[in-house]
Amino acid sequence: MAQHQVNYLKDGGLPVALTTIDKVVNWGRSNSIWALTYGLACCGIEMMASGASRYDFDRFGTIFRASPRQAELMVVAGTLTKKHAEFIRRLYDQMTEPKWVISMGSCANTGGMFNTYATVQGVDRVIPVDLYLPGCAPRPETLQYAVLLLQQKIRKESASRAQKPKRLM
Amino acid sequence: MRAYTPKDDVQKKPYYTDRYWVAPQVAKSDVSEDAVFAADLEAIKAKFDVLDAYIQVGQMVVVINAVDNFSVIEMMKNVLAYNQLSEMSAIDWLASEGKFEIFYQMLSMSKRKRVRIKCKIGEKESIQSVEKLFRSADWSEREMYDMFGVVVNNHPFMKRILMPDDWEGFPLRKTYPLQGDEFAQWYEVDKIFGKEAREIIGPENRDPARIDRYDTERFARLGHEVPHGTDISQGEPDTPLCYQENDGVFMIEKFDAEKSVVISDRHR
Ligand code: SF4
Repeated sequence: MAQHQVNYLKDGGLPVALTTIDKVVNWGRSNSIWALTYGLACCGIEMMASGASRYDFDRFGTIFRASPRQAELMVVAGTLTKKHAEFIRRLYDQMTEPKWVISMGSCANTGGMFNTYATVQGVDRVIPVDLYLPGCAPRPETLQYAVLLLQQKIRKESASRAQKPKRLM
Repeated sequence: MRAYTPKDDVQKKPYYTDRYWVAPQVAKSDVSEDAVFAADLEAIKAKFDVLDAYIQVGQMVVVINAVDNFSVIEMMKNVLAYNQLSEMSAIDWLASEGKFEIFYQMLSMSKRKRVRIKCKIGEKESIQSVEKLFRSADWSEREMYDMFGVVVNNHPFMKRILMPDDWEGFPLRKTYPLQGDEFAQWYEVDKIFGKEAREIIGPENRDPARIDRYDTERFARLGHEVPHGTDISQGEPDTPLCYQENDGVFMIEKFDAEKSVVISDRHR
């Protein structure tokens, strides 16, 4: 017992921290962004690589979940077809507030090279997007940078006030 | 070899000419050149009308009447031992002939031969399903209906296969615009938000080269990130790339290179 005694007056001071609720809540939120697995095309491969051990998303607290009810971030990785548009909207609606969206890759941003009848020309026609990530496909580092930017964005938001749901229109 | 044409004035007309591309015409030869095909053709001819038959790239092409399609393919399968339907689809010749061409690509494992059965139908006509003979025709016929609007009779599940069920129009027809007709362009908006939302959401941006330097609704430059919708016509502030705010984050210590120690003794 005596071996593990801590001298609070010396090493690092008393275990007390003063802060605001905003900061605590945002600290928690920004460091546990659970993302919905949403690989729609080739960008999904890069997203999976970011989650796997080499790039290791877990160290940022980003863990991929297979259910929208457990997720707060939707990384739209790939080509959104018109047939799928209603489902992405339904899954987005099922996610609990607060929620964020990263649009990953040219296809999700603008339709990309698929300038055709069957591709939605940018996911922002269907769901509100927080971050657009350019590239075809963006490398895992880019996706990590996007998540870190999103963390900064979350920390700037006010957590204590009731969040206004984001709306497209 | 292509006939020589003088190319001195090529710079004056840099537009599309057949100097760049000539539609290849594959040579046709007579069926009598191949004994196996000749015997097969005789067998078909004995029972059905054959409008045309020739050999192209080592494969026999037989053109028949559309009404005979099921019986001809049944005979090909059961009598002539063409036991695989490797592909089938339609080709849109509506503009030149007012007809669809439907082809069945068949393979005989025992004879090691391939035969293509072709027939033509009008735009409003339908064709008999061969799904009872070859299961592979199931999805091909649904795709043919989905993409060309060719209705197939006696199919067990005649429904679109690739496009949504409530889609209008048949995308692989030559008359279908690549970027979609009005229905296609507003499909997701109409379906999710309703037609009233069209004005709010606006038309699709179909210009892949469009860049608006001052558009902060959709784009931010790396290292110059600004909040959504900020006016940056007067120039945007520099935000150096950093992974953490300058004054640090609650409970997370910022890495300080000055305070770090480089360990030279690896076995320490
Ligand atoms: S942006 Fe490129 S890599 Fe990503 S889904 Fe589209 S085509 Fe594939």
